[in-house]
Amino acid sequence: MQRNALYTILFATAVCIVCAIVVSSAAVSLKPAQDINAALEKQRNVLLAAGLLKADEKVDADEAQRRFEKIRMVVVNLETGEENPDIDAASFDQVRAAKDPETSSVAPANRALVQRLPDNVLIYKVLGDDGVEGVVLPVEGYGLWSTMYGFIALESDWDTVRGITFYQHGETPGLGGEIDNPKWKARWPGRKTFSEDGEPKIRVIKGLAGPPAEDPFHVDGLSGATLTSNGVTNLLHFWLGEEALGPYLARLSQGRAI
Amino acid sequence: MASKTQEALVDPLFNENPIALQVLGICSALAVTTRMDTSLVMSIAVICVLTLSNVFVSLLRNSIPTNIRIIVQLTIIASLVIVTDQILKAYLWDISKQLSVFVGLIITNCIIMGRAEAYAMANPPGMSLLDGIGNGLGYALILMITAFLREFFGSGTLFGKQILPLVSEGGWYNPNGMMLYSPAAFFIIGFLIWGLRVWKPDQLEED
Repeated sequence: MQRNALYTILFATAVCIVCAIVVSSAAVSLKPAQDINAALEKQRNVLLAAGLLKADEKVDADEAQRRFEKIRMVVVNLETGEENPDIDAASFDQVRAAKDPETSSVAPANRALVQRLPDNVLIYKVLGDDGVEGVVLPVEGYGLWSTMYGFIALESDWDTVRGITFYQHGETPGLGGEIDNPKWKARWPGRKTFSEDGEPKIRVIKGLAGPPAEDPFHVDGLSGATLTSNGVTNLLHFWLGEEALGPYLARLSQGRAI
Repeated sequence: MASKTQEALVDPLFNENPIALQVLGICSALAVTTRMDTSLVMSIAVICVLTLSNVFVSLLRNSIPTNIRIIVQLTIIASLVIVTDQILKAYLWDISKQLSVFVGLIITNCIIMGRAEAYAMANPPGMSLLDGIGNGLGYALILMITAFLREFFGSGTLFGKQILPLVSEGGWYNPNGMMLYSPAAFFIIGFLIWGLRVWKPDQLEED
């Protein structure tokens, strides 16, 4: 039906307003439920990286919470590499801290393309029967399309990989998205991260890597996803390196931070 | 009237199936059909969006200015899709993660635009509702058949439950990995279209 221009504009405006109200009220009212899901997802990933939850295991929120009791959250200052007891770990929001100019700084140029680095990060200690068994470290960095957020867990020699997970990314499903694949993640445990002079040495290569005992510093590449694979290498090198968690890990290996 | 109602609802299942005859919505049919549970949720999402968009477009059909009708339809569809995506993220987190971008891509699913433009713009809301449900079910039917074949032969499971014991776990079934790749869905949908056209020769296209 042909109408005049004014009618068309008014009609378009009305449709937009109604749709905007519907969409925004749905987004706002469902946010709490989504936040709970996201928090649970993160908790599950910490457990997965720590090896306290198997890849094919389905557990409910209560069971996840029970296993999470073996995890102690600690806030660590990146610059000094010391634990920061002034900040309550349970309520610390690292994502928010990284955005706030008061609690973060511009990251030095890095290949993981991390823009802002928070002053403090949240790490997770895995408690065993005789003290700390390992540590779960947050990592993030750019792949092909998106920032990949995940965790890498190290054994208490602060060198051997215990596990790795990514809980949020937007890589190509079926190619780079395979960083979610449990079979690929199972290639990580047992690999070594640091060279003798303390530099991060682990990398995702093209093609297949040998078993951890013979080829400790290499992990199988994801076929068809070279840029995502490189992104994983870059983000590990950045976060385990001098500019991020390096000082903390150095203190751990000297036995000073526990 | 009764037969017309029935036509709107049942025709899209076999006689005018949106995937098989109209060959619309193939992209998501390839992507989400490796498992039956994701296909089921995707089907329900598409049925809801399609039905509601048909109803709203039909309600507004006499007031939408012709020259902006496509963009108005798109706005309605996009809003419905965003709401659907938000609901899935809130209540079906695991599945919404597996469906990833494909829920958002319902916006570009040609079935929905196609039905809004071809049917809802010219028919009253009641009939448009039925047309929406019918076409949604037609889409769901093909999706579920494809997902059944792909999941059953590709991983030996149905809805995630192990039906055929796998060799890797001490059973006898060696899964056909190709079923899990997109081309397998192409073949299956191709065979479905072939079968449907042998059964109903009037669907054959003239050369």
